[in-house]
Amino acid sequence: MRMPAPDDGVIARRREIIAALRAIVPGEGVIADESELRAYECDGLTAYRQLPMVVVLPSTTEQVSQVLRTCKAMGVKVVPRGAGTSLSGGALPLADGVLLGMGKFNRILDIDVANRCVVTQPGVTNLGISNAVAHEGFYYAPDPSSQIACTIGGNIAENSGGVHCLKYGLTTNNVLGLEMVLMDGTILRLGGKHLDAGGYDLMGVVTGSEGLLGVVTEVTVRILKKPATARAVLIGFPTSEQGGDCVAAIIAAGIIPGGMEMMDKPAIHAAEDFVHAGYPLDVEALLIVELDGPAAEVDHLIDQVAEIARSKGCCYSRVSTSEEERLSFWAGRKAAFPAVGRISPDYYCMDGTIPRKALPLVLHRMQEMSDRYALRVANVFHAGDGNLHPLILYDANKPGELERAEAFGNDILRLCVEVGGVLTGEHGVGVEKRDLMTDQFDEVDLDQQQRIKCAFDPDGLLNPGKVFPKLHRCAELGRVHIHKGELRFPDIPRF
Amino acid sequence: MTVTTVKPDSAAQAADAVRWALSEGTPLDVAGSGSKRGLGRPIQTAYTLDLSGLSGVVAYEAEELVLTAKAGTPMAEILPMLAERRQQLAFEPQDLGPLFGQPEGQGTLGGVVASGMAGPRRISAGSARDHTLGIEGVNGRGDLYKGGGKVVKNVTGYDVPKLMAGSFGTLTALTELTVKVLPAPEDCRTLLLAGREDAGAVAALTAALQSPYDVSGAAHLPAAVAARSQVRAVAAVGGAVTLVRVEGFGPSVTARVAALKEELGADAVLDRDESLAVWREIRDVAYFCPATSPASAEEGRGGDQDSRHVWKISVQPSEGPRVAESIRWALDAELYFDWGGGLLWAAVAPTPDTAVAIRGALGTAGHATLVRAPEDVRTTAEVFHPLPDPVMALSRRVKESFDPCGILNPGRMYAGV
Repeated sequence: MRMPAPDDGVIARRREIIAALRAIVPGEGVIADESELRAYECDGLTAYRQLPMVVVLPSTTEQVSQVLRTCKAMGVKVVPRGAGTSLSGGALPLADGVLLGMGKFNRILDIDVANRCVVTQPGVTNLGISNAVAHEGFYYAPDPSSQIACTIGGNIAENSGGVHCLKYGLTTNNVLGLEMVLMDGTILRLGGKHLDAGGYDLMGVVTGSEGLLGVVTEVTVRILKKPATARAVLIGFPTSEQGGDCVAAIIAAGIIPGGMEMMDKPAIHAAEDFVHAGYPLDVEALLIVELDGPAAEVDHLIDQVAEIARSKGCCYSRVSTSEEERLSFWAGRKAAFPAVGRISPDYYCMDGTIPRKALPLVLHRMQEMSDRYALRVANVFHAGDGNLHPLILYDANKPGELERAEAFGNDILRLCVEVGGVLTGEHGVGVEKRDLMTDQFDEVDLDQQQRIKCAFDPDGLLNPGKVFPKLHRCAELGRVHIHKGELRFPDIPRF
Repeated sequence: MTVTTVKPDSAAQAADAVRWALSEGTPLDVAGSGSKRGLGRPIQTAYTLDLSGLSGVVAYEAEELVLTAKAGTPMAEILPMLAERRQQLAFEPQDLGPLFGQPEGQGTLGGVVASGMAGPRRISAGSARDHTLGIEGVNGRGDLYKGGGKVVKNVTGYDVPKLMAGSFGTLTALTELTVKVLPAPEDCRTLLLAGREDAGAVAALTAALQSPYDVSGAAHLPAAVAARSQVRAVAAVGGAVTLVRVEGFGPSVTARVAALKEELGADAVLDRDESLAVWREIRDVAYFCPATSPASAEEGRGGDQDSRHVWKISVQPSEGPRVAESIRWALDAELYFDWGGGLLWAAVAPTPDTAVAIRGALGTAGHATLVRAPEDVRTTAEVFHPLPDPVMALSRRVKESFDPCGILNPGRMYAGV
């Protein structure tokens, strides 16, 4: 993985750049000392590290605007960062770039229960929003597993999901409004407390743009009333095919569970050894199906789900009868990553989405790859929406293992695309999957996406080196080629 | 002006048509079935790119919750196919044909997404944008490209499909779409509250939407509008009618309706058929449709509806009654509320400053679209809500990033875009 070559001319002007930033953000808001910069050298994808040239921590939209305008004028790249929990390297710094930390934007501005929304600064954590409205019985639905730490601004950048997004949607389906700053310092407001933004859905394309289009400085999200009740059923199957069939049958019956997770045998064992959730150890696939909503609905559906599971040949089934038991079902799943971390010095978490019907094939091919790369793999799977999280077990201290794990991971993601799926369901492309983009998209597809980037940031200064494998100059992308008389279908019916 | 229609029957031909137009420097009027031609600024082009030849469902996998179809596929083909598997497009796409004096059931999937509209379930299920997963289409350079994906969960690259929703064909001539499909509710009931004035009604809708009972429709019909309903139980109230929809599995609907009836003090409960009928009226703005059908003319429905302009006004829900009051004060307007008070449909007797009055009443609380008006009015008025300068400037650059020479529906949304 290579980042764009640092510009020595910019690095040579480091003092001047720091002084310009200090003029905008006084005091401790500009960090230039190497030991302090160390805290920002990586995000959740710790395999890649790079000290930023300087870190700036603005606390007002106006400061963000001035920082970006100044950086643009000086030709300096900017990498925005929320809490730094990205699993794809979205906030990986640049040696010749300013790291723009949004941590000081940590206030909730308005809780509007009548309009069922919250206006917040972007540095507030995902869980912080839910906590702030819990006393009213509301919550913010998207719940990425990092929700204690990750910020809503970062969620916008990555279009984060979570275990409940089949029913409640991703970040993009729960955002009503944004204030953002473009690289030239322009402050924009999109949407608000009303529905639909008017004009093009710019908010839609900004959400999930991985910090390449603008810096979000305020967010309006919709909040939902907490479901009255939730119950879960734990279902074991002798084969993963049967597990997949059961998921398909639940959906075909018109049931969209609040959560529907699947684990394979290695993941089940790792989790059970770690938290003793009471998982059966003699099954090949374990499903957790959670139904939430009014009690009458949950009670009605939980029986249906148990019946469907029986008809698909389950060999284990347990319905939660108390809140405590429901939480114990989830304890193992929620601890799956650290549990795998206990049985291996290191693990690499992948994030592809597949059409669910391809699950048996994908698991089979993954096992073949596991044998070939001589690396173990455990699978946790957001079964409802086909989002697969294979965890590749490796030891970074053994020479060559990290590279092997990465090659294995890349093969898995290529396989996801091959069966009709995509490279990433919720973690983002970042630097991690950047060079695989050409496996999913043709050059013409990527050129169109980069032209959108040009509309927002024509100099390509905002978070370069992420998402796109090849960087083109906007002038080059903007040229229009007209091929007169070279039409392949001259006989096109014109009347 | 004679308009020549180019009707490709493959995506490659559509790309060729755009390349040809580019080489000639002639803009194209991009259309599906043309059922919503009356919406937007009129554009004058010598050529129409008719995409209705790109028709047919490419793949429908109910268990995967996705459907892929060519852009010109009629909704009349897609909806029954989904219904057969007890699924639906959850955003409740509108059929606006009758509002424009055309037959119902004429729209295409491409048109539904390109207009980016949604019905009453917008409040709980989102809009067309939230259900458009992947697209293929031809940009203004004549490049056939794709964006998004064909699975329900995907964050790979920019969310290009979102930009397509509501772009009225100004960015890309869509050739194929992949949409998310969801289970259709097994049952449906509607709570009816009689005789509430606007503010009290929106307060009741707010209470319903703040409840844990998964309300999927929340509308208020003032007396004059309710009187025009074809649903007897609604028209017979003889006053304003406030409606709260509950959908889902049978036992769940029963339990939630009982709880809400108590909490809201509802006067009646509409059965399944009545519910389906009244929410279809609300969805398709039936109350403001011109009296073209013999049936409605005989019953005296519509009245002067033909000449009234129809506005769609999106506002933060708590401001709905205030905005409605301001509009009524300034203009001869009939209106009703959907989306829990956050959507106003207004039929306005035209005056020269209608747009100013409506947008003035809104302030910064939302946006207003002139959905139906004669062509000459739409030529001069701002049909879509004026955007703040920085957003407009960015929108122009986004347009250029897809269509640098202004080949695709130029000016359909905003002059010069």
